[in-house]
Amino acid sequence: MFLPKKLFPAFTAASLLLAVPALAQTPAGVTEAQAPGGLLEALVFYAVAFLVCGSALGVCFSKNIVRMAVWLFVTLGGVAMTYFLLASNFLGAVQLIVYAGGTLVLLVFGVMLTSKSPWARFDVPKLELAAAAAVALTLAVSLCVVLMRTEWHSAEGVVAGATMDQLGKTLLTTYLVPFEVAGVLLMVVMVGAAHLARQEKN
Amino acid sequence: MAGVTEYIILGAVLFAIGLVGFVSRRNLIVMFLSTEIMFQGVVVNAVAFARYHRQLDGQAFAIFLLVIAAVEAGLALGMVMWLYRRRHTLDAEAWSAMRG
Repeated sequence: MFLPKKLFPAFTAASLLLAVPALAQTPAGVTEAQAPGGLLEALVFYAVAFLVCGSALGVCFSKNIVRMAVWLFVTLGGVAMTYFLLASNFLGAVQLIVYAGGTLVLLVFGVMLTSKSPWARFDVPKLELAAAAAVALTLAVSLCVVLMRTEWHSAEGVVAGATMDQLGKTLLTTYLVPFEVAGVLLMVVMVGAAHLARQEKN
Repeated sequence: MAGVTEYIILGAVLFAIGLVGFVSRRNLIVMFLSTEIMFQGVVVNAVAFARYHRQLDGQAFAIFLLVIAAVEAGLALGMVMWLYRRRHTLDAEAWSAMRG
C-alpha cells in the first residue's frame, strides 16, 4: 500500500468521526426497523466507509495525478458498494459503469493529453493546505453535530426486492419531464463538447 | 447499527474531503476530481433517504444527479483541453484576469 505515513492520523480521525454516531446511538435502543441489516450490515458499512474516506483523502493528498485517478477509482467503487448496501442495485451498477467506466477514463485521457509528463508532481503549499483543512474540518464537524442532533424519521422496513422496474416506471411517469430534459441536455452537451474540443485551423 | 444518520454523515465527510482538495489545489483537473468527490457525498444522501423512507424518489434524484455529473465531466474536460491549448498550462492562476 503506497499510502504516505503522514496520512494515517487523518485516516484514523475520519474513521473515528464515523464511529461516533454508532456509539452515541447504541444505548438509546435502536429498533429493528431502523437497522434492517443488523450487525453484519453495520460492519460492512464501517469497512466501506473507511475505504471511501481513506481513498478520498488519498485523492486530496497524493501528489501525482495518475495516483489521484486511481484513488478516485477506489472512492467511486466504495460509493457503489454503499449503494448496494442501501439496496439500490441498479444505482450501484450505474455508478460503476458511468463513473468507473466513463468519467474516469475520460479523465485519464484528459490528463494524458494535457500534461507534459503525467508523472509530474504537484506540491501544495503547506499553509494553504492547513487553511483548507481547517475550513473543511469546521464544516464537517458542524454538519456532523447538526446531523446527529436531528431526529431522522425513517419508514419501517426496506424497499422490497428488486427496485429496478419500479424505478423505471417512476422515471417514465412521475419524472417524465426531467427525464426528457436530461436527454436534451446530454445532446446539447455532446455538441458543445465536440465544438470545444475541435482543432482550430487558423 | 447503520441507520440513515451514518450514511448522511458519510456524505458530509465526503463533501468536506472534496472541499479540502478543491480549495487547496491549483490544477484544473485536480479541482475537477475534488468536485467529483463532493458530488458523491451528495448522491449518497439521496440514496440513503430513498432507502430509509421506502420511496424511490431519492433513487430517481440520484440518477438525475449522475446525468448532471456526466454532463459536467464531459464539458469540464472539453473546456480544460481548450484552455490548455490557449495557455499551455493547467494552473488556475493563469486564468485570473477577472479577479476582483
